[in-house]
Amino acid sequence: MRSMLKTSAAAFAILAGTMGAVSADGLTGDLKIFLDTSNPAPRATMENMIAQFQEKNPDLNIETTVIDREAYKTQIRNFLTANAPDVATWYAANRMRPYVEAGLFEDVSDLWAEPAIADNLASTKGAMTIDGKQWGVPYTYYQWGVYYRKDIFDELGLSEPTTWEEEKANCQKIIDAGKKCYTIGTKFLWTAGGWFDYLNMRTNGFDFHMDLLTGKASWQSDEVRKTFANWRELIDMGAFIDNHQTYSWQEALPFMVQGDAAAYLMGNFAVAPLRDAGLTDDQLDFYQFVEITPGIEKAEDAPTDTFHIPANAQNKEAAREFLRFVVSPDVQTEINNGKNLGQLPVNANSSVDDDKFLVQGFEMLSSNSPGGVAQFFDRDAPAEMAKVAMEGLQEFMVKPDNLDKILARLDRARERIYK
Amino acid sequence: MAQASVAQDHQSSWWHRNQQQITPWLFLAPGILFFLFYVIFPIFQSFNLSLYEWDGLGQAEYVGLYNYEELYWDEAFYTSLKNNVIWLLLYLLAIPAGLFIALFLNQTVTGIRLYKSLFFFPFVISQVVVGLVFTWFYDPTFGILNVLLGAVGIPPMNVLGDENWVTVGIIVAGLWPQTAYCMILYLTGLNAVDPEQIEAGRLDGAKGWKMLWYIIVPQLRPATFIAFVVTIIGALRSFDLISVMTNGGPFGASRVLSFYMFEVALSEYGFRMGYGAAIAVVLFLIMLAFIAYFLWSMYKEEKAR
Repeated sequence: MRSMLKTSAAAFAILAGTMGAVSADGLTGDLKIFLDTSNPAPRATMENMIAQFQEKNPDLNIETTVIDREAYKTQIRNFLTANAPDVATWYAANRMRPYVEAGLFEDVSDLWAEPAIADNLASTKGAMTIDGKQWGVPYTYYQWGVYYRKDIFDELGLSEPTTWEEEKANCQKIIDAGKKCYTIGTKFLWTAGGWFDYLNMRTNGFDFHMDLLTGKASWQSDEVRKTFANWRELIDMGAFIDNHQTYSWQEALPFMVQGDAAAYLMGNFAVAPLRDAGLTDDQLDFYQFVEITPGIEKAEDAPTDTFHIPANAQNKEAAREFLRFVVSPDVQTEINNGKNLGQLPVNANSSVDDDKFLVQGFEMLSSNSPGGVAQFFDRDAPAEMAKVAMEGLQEFMVKPDNLDKILARLDRARERIYK
Repeated sequence: MAQASVAQDHQSSWWHRNQQQITPWLFLAPGILFFLFYVIFPIFQSFNLSLYEWDGLGQAEYVGLYNYEELYWDEAFYTSLKNNVIWLLLYLLAIPAGLFIALFLNQTVTGIRLYKSLFFFPFVISQVVVGLVFTWFYDPTFGILNVLLGAVGIPPMNVLGDENWVTVGIIVAGLWPQTAYCMILYLTGLNAVDPEQIEAGRLDGAKGWKMLWYIIVPQLRPATFIAFVVTIIGALRSFDLISVMTNGGPFGASRVLSFYMFEVALSEYGFRMGYGAAIAVVLFLIMLAFIAYFLWSMYKEEKAR
C-alpha cells in the first residue's frame, strides 16, 4: 500500500514536473530495462546512458538486463507476456506489429503529442505508427549505401557513379581488371534483401516497394520482373563474388579488405569492421545507390532501433520519463557519436558526429531521399513473408534461371500470409 | 498392549504382503511423473496444437487439418523429408566404419590407449565445433578441401553452397563423431567376445572374413543393436550441424524435418506454432515406426532368454 501511494505520488510529481517544465526528478520505485545491445561497444554506451539517467533519478532503482541480440529476438515473446520489464529495445515498422496487435506494447501516443518529441522526431514518426498510434520511440538509425574501395576506383580511373549506366560501366572495368564489383554474403539471407530493396526502390519507386512488401502488389507483376531483370544484368556480368551463399556478411568482408571486390552494399555498421581490418578513410568511401529509372525519387533504407514500454510494465511513468530522456537531443548526440554507437541520432536538434560516413549518411537521408525512408526488407515485410522471399532472392542470385518458379512461389506465400 | 500389537501386526502385514509389488513403483514414481509431464503430455499437446493456427502471442484459431493440407503442398517439407531419408541411409555408414576401426584398434600394442582416445576424440567435442571445423574445411575460397581436390586435378567445389552436395557434406561431418561413438560401442563389445569360440573357429580353419562374419559379428549383436538405435535416432534428430554449417541453406536445400520445424515455429522469422507442431507430428510418427520396431525386437530378445 505504501509503495502504491509512493508511485502515485511519483506519477503526480512527474505530471506536475512536465507541466511546469521542471526536470522531473524524484522518480521512485523499480525500473527494469531489457536491452539487446549485446556487442561490447553498444552495451557500454547503453550502460553509460542508463548510469546518467540513474544520476538524475537517485531514488529510482534501475535494473538493467542485457540479452544476446539473437536470443533476444525469441525471448521477447516470452518476457513481454510473462515477466515484462518496464522498458525494452526492439525495431520499428512491421517488426513491432505482432506485439502491437497482441496488445503487448504500450500506446505512447501521449509522448508523441509532446512538442519536444513531436517536432524533433517527426522524421521517424511513420515508422513508429501502427493504426494511427505510436508504440515506442527510436533511439538510433543508420544509413545504407555502397561502401567502396576508393583506392581501387582511383587506380582504375573510376569515379562515383550516379546512374545505372555508369554503375554498370564501372563494374565492367572492375571485372576486366580481374576483380569483383561487389562482395556479399547471403548465408543469412537478409543481405540479399538489401540489394532487392535498392533495386526495386530505384526501378519502381518507394510506393510500389511498400505495396509489394505489404502484400498489395504481386510478385509476378511486370514491375518486379523489371527489377529482377536489372539485377540479372549484374549477376550475368559476374559482378558479385562467387559462393556468396556460404558466407555471412562478416565473412564476406575480407574480399573487400583484400581488394578482390571493390564495393559492398551495406549498412553503416560495416564501416567499423572494415576499419578494424586496416582500411583507412582514404581507402574507404561511400556513395548513394544510383538512379535506375530516371525521374523516380530516391528512397533509402535506414533501419531504426527503438525503445518500447511493454503493456505489462510495472512502472510506466518512470519508463515514459526514460523514453523522454533517451530521445532528448544531448543524449542522442552522445550515444550515437563515433565512439559509441557510431550511428545517426534521430532527434533533429542533436548533432551528428563528424565521422566522414555519418556526415555523408546524414546528408543523404536529410536532403537526398525525397522518396521516403524504408526500414529494411525484413522489417517492412511481415516476418514470414520476409523469410520466404529472402530465400527466393538468394536462390535467384545463385540460379537466376529459376526466377519464374521463385516468383510463383512467392505469390503463393503472399496469398497465404496477407489474408 | 496386546491390542496395539495386533493393530501393528495387521498394518505391517499389509505392507509386508504388498512390499514386493509396491516398492518398485515407489522408486519409479518420480521418473514416471517426469516422463508423463515432460514427454507424454507434450506429445499430445503437439497433436492438439497442430490443429490450430497460433503465433505464440494472440488467440489460437482452430483450423482442423489445414496445417497438414498445407504441408502437402509445401515444397520445403518434401525437401526436408527427402533429406531426412538421405540422413537415415548415409548415417548408417557409421556402424560398419565404427566396427572396422574398433577391430583395427582392438590390439595390444604400446600406446594403443592413446590411439583409441584419439579416435574417440571427435565424439567428445561439441557438435557445434565439429560443424565449424568442417565449415572451414569446405570453405570454397580458403578451405583446405579445394586445395586437396586441386592437388589431384579435380576442379574446386562449394560443398555447402551447392544444393546437390550440401546434405551429403553435412552428413560427412556428422559421421565423424558418430563413427567414434559406434567404435566405442564395438570396442566394449569386442571385450566380451568369447576367446574359446575363436579358438574353436580357428581349429575349424576359419580365418579373416569368415572368422569375422560367422564368429565375431554374431557375438557383437548387442553392440550392433545399440549402435543401430543410436545412429537412427541421431540421424532423425540431426539439427545442430545444419544450424551451424548452413542454417538450412542454400535456399533451404539442407533442411531436415527437425530444422524446418524449428524454423517455422521458433526462429527469427517463424512463430507459426501450429504448422511447426504439424511437422513435429510427422517427424514423431516416423520416429515411432523405428522406436516400435526397436522395442519389439528388444521384447523378443528378452523373451527368448
